Order: sequence, then C-alpha cells, then structure tokens
Amino acid sequence: MIDAQQLTKIYKVHKRPPGLAAALRSLWSRPTTEVRAVDGVSFHIEPAERVGFLGPNGAGKTTSLKMLSGLLHPTSGKVVVAGHVPQKRAHAFLKQITLVMGQKQQLMWDLPPSETFLLNRSIYDIPKRAYDETVAELTALLELEDLLGKPTRQLSLGERMKCELACALLHRPKVLFLDEPTIGLDVQMQATVRKFIRSYNERFQATVLLTSHYMDDVAALCPRVIVIDHGHLIHDGPLDELVKRTRPDKRLKLRFSREVEERELQGLGSVVERAPTSAVLVVTQAELQGAVQRAMATLPLVDLSVEDPPLEDVMRDLFAHGRAIQAVGT
Amino acid sequence: MSAQAQSIAREPISSADDRETSWTESLRAGWRAWPGLWRAGIASAVAYRAEFVIWMLTTNMPLVMLALWSAVARSGPVAGYSSADFTAYYLTSLMVRVLTGCWVVWEMSMEIRSGTLSLRLLRPLHPFVAYAAENLAAFPLRALVATPILVLLVVFAHDKLTHDWLAWALFLPMLLGAWLITFLVMAIVGTLALFMESAIGLFQLWLSVSFVLSGYLIPLDLFPPALRQLTAVLPFRFTVSLPIELVLGRLSHAHALELMAAQWAYVAGFGVVALWLWRRGLSRFGAFGG
Repeated sequence: MIDAQQLTKIYKVHKRPPGLAAALRSLWSRPTTEVRAVDGVSFHIEPAERVGFLGPNGAGKTTSLKMLSGLLHPTSGKVVVAGHVPQKRAHAFLKQITLVMGQKQQLMWDLPPSETFLLNRSIYDIPKRAYDETVAELTALLELEDLLGKPTRQLSLGERMKCELACALLHRPKVLFLDEPTIGLDVQMQATVRKFIRSYNERFQATVLLTSHYMDDVAALCPRVIVIDHGHLIHDGPLDELVKRTRPDKRLKLRFSREVEERELQGLGSVVERAPTSAVLVVTQAELQGAVQRAMATLPLVDLSVEDPPLEDVMRDLFAHGRAIQAVGT
Repeated sequence: MSAQAQSIAREPISSADDRETSWTESLRAGWRAWPGLWRAGIASAVAYRAEFVIWMLTTNMPLVMLALWSAVARSGPVAGYSSADFTAYYLTSLMVRVLTGCWVVWEMSMEIRSGTLSLRLLRPLHPFVAYAAENLAAFPLRALVATPILVLLVVFAHDKLTHDWLAWALFLPMLLGAWLITFLVMAIVGTLALFMESAIGLFQLWLSVSFVLSGYLIPLDLFPPALRQLTAVLPFRFTVSLPIELVLGRLSHAHALELMAAQWAYVAGFGVVALWLWRRGLSRFGAFGG
C-alpha cells in the first residue's frame, strides 16, 4: 500500500543572528543552510497494517507524512501510496487517503461540524445514502450526537478532535495518516480515539500510519514501528523487538504478604522502587529466570509479574547520548 | 537499520500511476462540488455578517469623491461631466465595487504562510475552485448591500442610465469578467507567497495603481489623453470603469462588444498565468506548522 525508497527532503533555511544590524544586513545578504529533514528513508507497508512512526521532535516524522500525503515534494527518492505518486495529487489518490493533523483543523471554526461534513460530502462526491450511513456509524462510534450542531469554536479540544476524525473519514479512506491524533486529549478521550482507530482499521482494512508522542497510543495500536532520528531510519520492525534491542532488561514486580527488608532483595537485581510490602527490580534477560526462582523460594510472595520497561524509557534511552547512532550500526 | 528495512530498500518500487488529474476531471469535480461549496460559503458569510457589513461600509471612497466632484461641477461641467453625471458615475462605481469585491489574496497569503493551505491540498478539488466559490458565495449579501445603492441610482440619476436592452444584457457578463480579473490577479499575487515571504505588499501596490487607473476614484474621461490611451490597454479599466461606461450609455454596441472581448481575453490570460504559477509554486510549498 505504501512504498518509500530513499525518500529525502532537504529544506533551505534562511539564517540570521538576532539584532538590528543583522536584520539590516539580511536586506542584501541572506545566507541559507540546508536542512536534511528526511534522509534516504525506505520502507514498505502492506494494506491494513497499523504502523507507528516514532522519533523525537524534529526527527522528520511529520515531513515524511506530508510527503506521503502529497503535500510536500520529495527532494529525491520515490514514493508510491495506494498506487499513486502522491505529489501529483490526482483526485483518485486524494479520495483514498486522509491526513489528520492534531494541531490543524479542517472544521470551519464558526459553523457547526455538520456544515463541514456536508461540504466534504460535495467535495468527495459521496452518494447521499453512503454519506448518511457513514455519518450515523461515526456518530455512534465516537458519540457525536450532541456535538454536530454546535459551532466548532464552542466544542472542547477532545470533542473537536472526535469531529475532526469523523470529518476526515467520511469518504472512507483506505490510507490513514494520523499525526498526533490524541494530542492534548485527556486519558479517557485518548482511549476512545485509539479504540475507534483500531475498529476503523479492522472494519475497512485501512492502512494506518501513526505518529504520536503518547507511547500508549503506539503500544495499543501499532504492532510495527518505524523509528527515525535526524532524518534517518533507525528501526523498522515489531515494537517488542525494538524494546528488546534497546532495553534488554525486564522489570520484576513483586508484592509481599509481610514487610520485607532491603537485604532480603539483595542479589535479585537492581531495586528501582521499594515499599514495605512491594518492590520493583530491574533484571537482565539472562538473569531473569534465576531471579524469579530465587524470589519464589525466599520471599513471602503474594504476586509476581514480569514486564518490559515503559516505552517512554525505551525511547528516551534510544535517542539519548548518541544511542541512535549506535543503533544504526547494530 | 533492521534487516527488514535493508531488504526493502533493495526491492524495486511498485509501478505507480503518476498521472495528474486532467482538466476535464478537475472541472467535473468543481461542478459537482459547487452547490456544497456555495452553501458552506453562504453559511460562512451569514456567520460573519456583522464583520461583512462593516467591511462593506468602509468601501465609501466613491461617496467621498462624489461629494468632491459634485462641488467642483457646480460651477460648470468638468470634461463633459455635470453634477448629475458624477452622481450617476460614483453610485455605479460604488455598486460595481460592492458586487465585484474579493479577498482571496489575503486568505491565500495567510494560508501559505501558516501552512493551513495543506488542508485544501488534501481535498480532491483545485483550491482555486474552492476560493472562487467561497468568494462568490458572499454575492447574495453583497447584492443586499448593493440594492439601496441601486435605488439611489434610479431615484437620483435614472435619466443618466442607458435604456438600451443590449447594454443591460451585457452588464452581468461584464460584472463577472470584472470579478474574474480581480480574483485571478489576487490569485496570482497570492500564489507568489509560495516564492517570497509575503506577497501582500505587492498587492497593495497593484491596489493603489488600480484605484486610480480603473476609474474607481476618477472617471477615466478626466485623464489627459496620453494616460487615457494607456488605460485603454491596461487591465484596470476592465475591473471598474467598463461596466460603468456601459450602463451610463457611453459605449456603442460595437465598442461595448469589442471591449468585453478584450476584458475576457484578460480573464483567459490571467487564468493561464495563475494556473501556471500555481503549478510551479506548489513544489515549493513548505506545509509549515503541525
């Protein structure tokens, strides 16, 4: 469904220091620097896949999404989405995709969302019956009933985001580019949006490419992740493979039937959290089995669980102190 | 890079349809979407009605000029214009301006700079069609504002208006031509925002020249002969003065048709330039923000 080969985007950026003298100098001299926002990125995504697109701020995620959706022309490389070259912006292509940007809205600000829905019905040439069915379905799934008639400006951020999502999906696109779709939403609303994206993907076999700073979004939705940093692809594969590679340690969570002293935990692993009747230890993959056996034999356990480190920690470690460069070499 | 990513990089990319949407498809899409665009545009215009009326009321320069020239003409006609002629001229000028107004250059410039143009580009519709529909959707409100001007024109200057049916039949296509020239010039200048940081300054320059050379502020008959000859070939006359000259009965049938052909030739020329520039500029769009 999506093929990208050696995708590269270079921006020319005017640079000048602050101050009046620099402002005046810039009248006749405007030095530019080249910024390689995306640098030779290649990947392939199958139909109906849900893929997380991860990277720190400025890594090139949004630039990539904009090239895939035809908004930006690549400086070099090739990209094909749903059988089309995106930058040609053929109507047949645009009718198959949608790009939801958490920080930009297509809903008309002073009119109710239903007006933008009707506008999109005309633009996407959606037959009335199909439109009515889709609106009814989206209204039920996203609980929009009371929202569609209110002016957009009077909706809360979460309500607006739900309407944005519905509006972007009226034409039932086969490819969803979602750029921070849950930004600014509360936990409950994030869960609603995640559930909805998943059900849309399963129901319509739509391909989903998602960027998000909320790792819960990625963990809940994306079996596969593509990670880029400084414009380079540094990982493409299953999420758990990334976790294992970056943080091979496990978190051993223990709950006790009585108070346990620190000396009793010695030799099991590094203690990262401790309370009188519970503890969390970090244990390497190789030592895990032995640590579990010893804990079961020597401690008054009520509960024991083994977990991966939090995804936020994994990503922080991946991008910290040049680890990204190391990862390229692995 | 993982092994999977490396293997994909070596595979040949799948064949792709790299055709652009044809002109006929674009026109069909625009035609189909027009009622929806029009309805949304009217809803927006109604939502912003107070702002709209205030903006309309600021379009009062012809009334100021009317007061000025009427005072001058009291002591005798100026270049053949009596006080009543000036009344007819400036009320018609005001009406033409109200009916053919357009704001697309500010919208385009803002959307390109902020990156919100992205949202238009994601839709299967040429943005020019959407801009045109949004601007034309304000026409019913504009007509409402123009009605009292028309009433004043009929009451105070009915004898100066032509009674020629052909002239009135040509008035609407001429108004449309005037609006299209204004719209397309704004679209051209707005598109320049893709090449430079802001194009509004350039448009202000066009606007200030246009105020003078279009006949909006001063009837072109009052200009020295050399300048009058120049205005005959420049596009400005076709945006304001031409429809006024028509309804005031200052053009013969043949001359009116000839000038209307020239007006529509300008429409076609500006249309080609606007589309060409848009195509070239789009590859430079930075889609900033978000």
